Amino acid sequence: MPPSEAVFSPAPAPPAGAGTIAPVRAAVSGWGGGPRAPVMLARPADADALRAALDGHRGAIARGMGRSYGDAAQLAGGLVLDTTGMRTFELDREGGTVTAQAGVTLGELLGALVPAGWVLPVVPGTQHVTVGGAIASDIHGKNHGSAGTFGSHVQALGLLTSAGEVLELAPDRGSELFAATLGGMGLTGVILWARIALRAVAGALLRVDTDRVRDLDEALAALIAPGGPHRVAWLDLLGSASGRGIVTRAEHHGAGDAYAQAGARGGATVRSRATVPERWPAGLLRASTVRAFNELRYRRAPRRDRGHVQAFGAHMFPLDSLRAWPRLYGPEGLLQYQLVVPLGAEHVLGTVIGQLRRARVPCYLAVLKDFGPANQAPLSFPLEGWTLALDLPRAAPGVGELLQRFDTLVAGANGRVYLSKDARLAPDALAAMYPRLEHWRSVRDRADPERLWRSDLGLRTGLIRDER
Amino acid sequence: MIQWDGTRVLLVGGSSEIGLAIVRRIASERPVRPYLLGRDGARLAGAATALERSGCARAELDLVDAEDLDSHAAAIARAFERSGGFELVVLAVGVLGAQQGLDADPAQAAEVMRVNFAGCGSLLLHCLRALRGQGRGTVVVLSSVAAERPRAGNAIYGAAKAGLDALAQGLADGTAGSGVRVLVVRPGFVRTRMTAGLAPAPMATTPEQVAEATVTALGGRANTVWVPGRLRYVFAVLRHLPRPLYRRLPL
Repeated sequence: MPPSEAVFSPAPAPPAGAGTIAPVRAAVSGWGGGPRAPVMLARPADADALRAALDGHRGAIARGMGRSYGDAAQLAGGLVLDTTGMRTFELDREGGTVTAQAGVTLGELLGALVPAGWVLPVVPGTQHVTVGGAIASDIHGKNHGSAGTFGSHVQALGLLTSAGEVLELAPDRGSELFAATLGGMGLTGVILWARIALRAVAGALLRVDTDRVRDLDEALAALIAPGGPHRVAWLDLLGSASGRGIVTRAEHHGAGDAYAQAGARGGATVRSRATVPERWPAGLLRASTVRAFNELRYRRAPRRDRGHVQAFGAHMFPLDSLRAWPRLYGPEGLLQYQLVVPLGAEHVLGTVIGQLRRARVPCYLAVLKDFGPANQAPLSFPLEGWTLALDLPRAAPGVGELLQRFDTLVAGANGRVYLSKDARLAPDALAAMYPRLEHWRSVRDRADPERLWRSDLGLRTGLIRDER
Repeated sequence: MIQWDGTRVLLVGGSSEIGLAIVRRIASERPVRPYLLGRDGARLAGAATALERSGCARAELDLVDAEDLDSHAAAIARAFERSGGFELVVLAVGVLGAQQGLDADPAQAAEVMRVNFAGCGSLLLHCLRALRGQGRGTVVVLSSVAAERPRAGNAIYGAAKAGLDALAQGLADGTAGSGVRVLVVRPGFVRTRMTAGLAPAPMATTPEQVAEATVTALGGRANTVWVPGRLRYVFAVLRHLPRPLYRRLPL
């Protein structure tokens, strides 16, 4: 392996002193679009600049690439700390770890790690999330069943507390604050850096098995069939046979396979090939066009395919090739509703899909997958069972009431919804879905008695509760 | 944010001295959780901290520009969502502008009309809808004696306030029986940052006196309150003065 620089800095960091510039007024929204929140925005270059930016502010929240769909990374009327000015990382080849600042994206890491023979053990459906965001959301990938969440691979992290200290937290020290920070939505402090355990790989190629499925039951069966650990089902909820779809199971390609090296193009990441313009007309994305597109996608997929070689990036991050794709939904944007229900509660999935159809709320993208056991983090989303993610137009009539009914169904089955996708959950539903919420609140409140760390999501759902 | 047994107060125009005096006055009697909405984040933060020092619960704040009408729905919805509702809304949005009437700077005159009538009126509509949605609550609208009968010197400010005052009264009649109440407050000349440098008119008052009169009125059933109270009778006369006479009054 060729020797390389120990420290990478893939994108220009802000010039020295840039972090001391006073925060500017800005309007931000989540990845799903919709109404923008007026905030003060600062992009500090380091921890000192970050501390300085906090001066005089009564509430603040960190924000990375803004890929949370709802209002997790914003605080209307407060300070938003853009961490993308802090983006260096260092690879430890001996130990197989990378130590990265919070603002580095997973795509930037993969671009440097994979050629060196390493890969992040967990990646989400987009490469454009930061390390800080990945920990704060305790993200999962298609391989949750075998690899767990991103947080399970974090060996240590630096957390800026509201008192201005930087704490080094690690799981092996039994730190409650560490566990509260995984999936803690940025509300325990600002994650400054993290050390992540890597997985050795031979290259950026995957071996993919594909099955076309005719309904939900077939999809569930195909998701637990033998095969690679990266498993996901795309479902077509607009077609005549509701719940038909395509299931893939993928694994990293072994070393020394010349056919594979020659047979697949692309690498560990994806380049965007097109950008959706800012003023995309809302009417172009509608059920009839998506139905036709889905029909084509279903028909083009092989009925059964084994061992197809595909690039890691193209398989893992298909939507990243179309920049700003949520603009397809027009100015109102989209709501993503991602739920998980435990094993044995599969009937909830069928009920949800049936109610969507009856309410005539069009679901333009539905993704189903299996989850392995939950971890120790009180607000971590995954639990052993099935997760279903639905992309719905925010402007669709009746969508708010429908999702409230789903909340009741999901909570009743001891399931939950994913906070990083959420833009509308109410406090009572949150409490019903996350049984360890009170414990998390007590750990959080000890770490931040003044409740400096707050977000629109935190205030809306009651994660943050101001007492007298 | 929920299960709060004190009074949740939304102050729109969150750095208004009169508005803040009203919040402090209520907090002197019972627990208050303030929510400040305004244009200037630094000023709001200062006001929030000062309220907490004088005994209020943790204050929340958010930015809104009265002139940015499109932003009002989201800002008001967010306030009600974050707070879990409000018992009281105090609408204290307003600018004074120059006092030269016809000779005022046209841009400034237009701003007074946009902020004090269109902006404040839009915020009032959104607040009243939200209060009606929760089925109870009171909105205090800070009007002015200038609304009763504008003069040459305060024609623009007075006309904008007259529009707001009329809107508030009309909407108040529309909410009768819904559990929502509208209280219109018409102070005379109030010594504040806004009027600094102006010669006080007769019967000049202070933010604290306006707050006192407002809180007293909140305890009763009135729909309008004048501060000081004598102004009600003064204007009962002034309103009917023939214009040639009114014009010559040394007000």
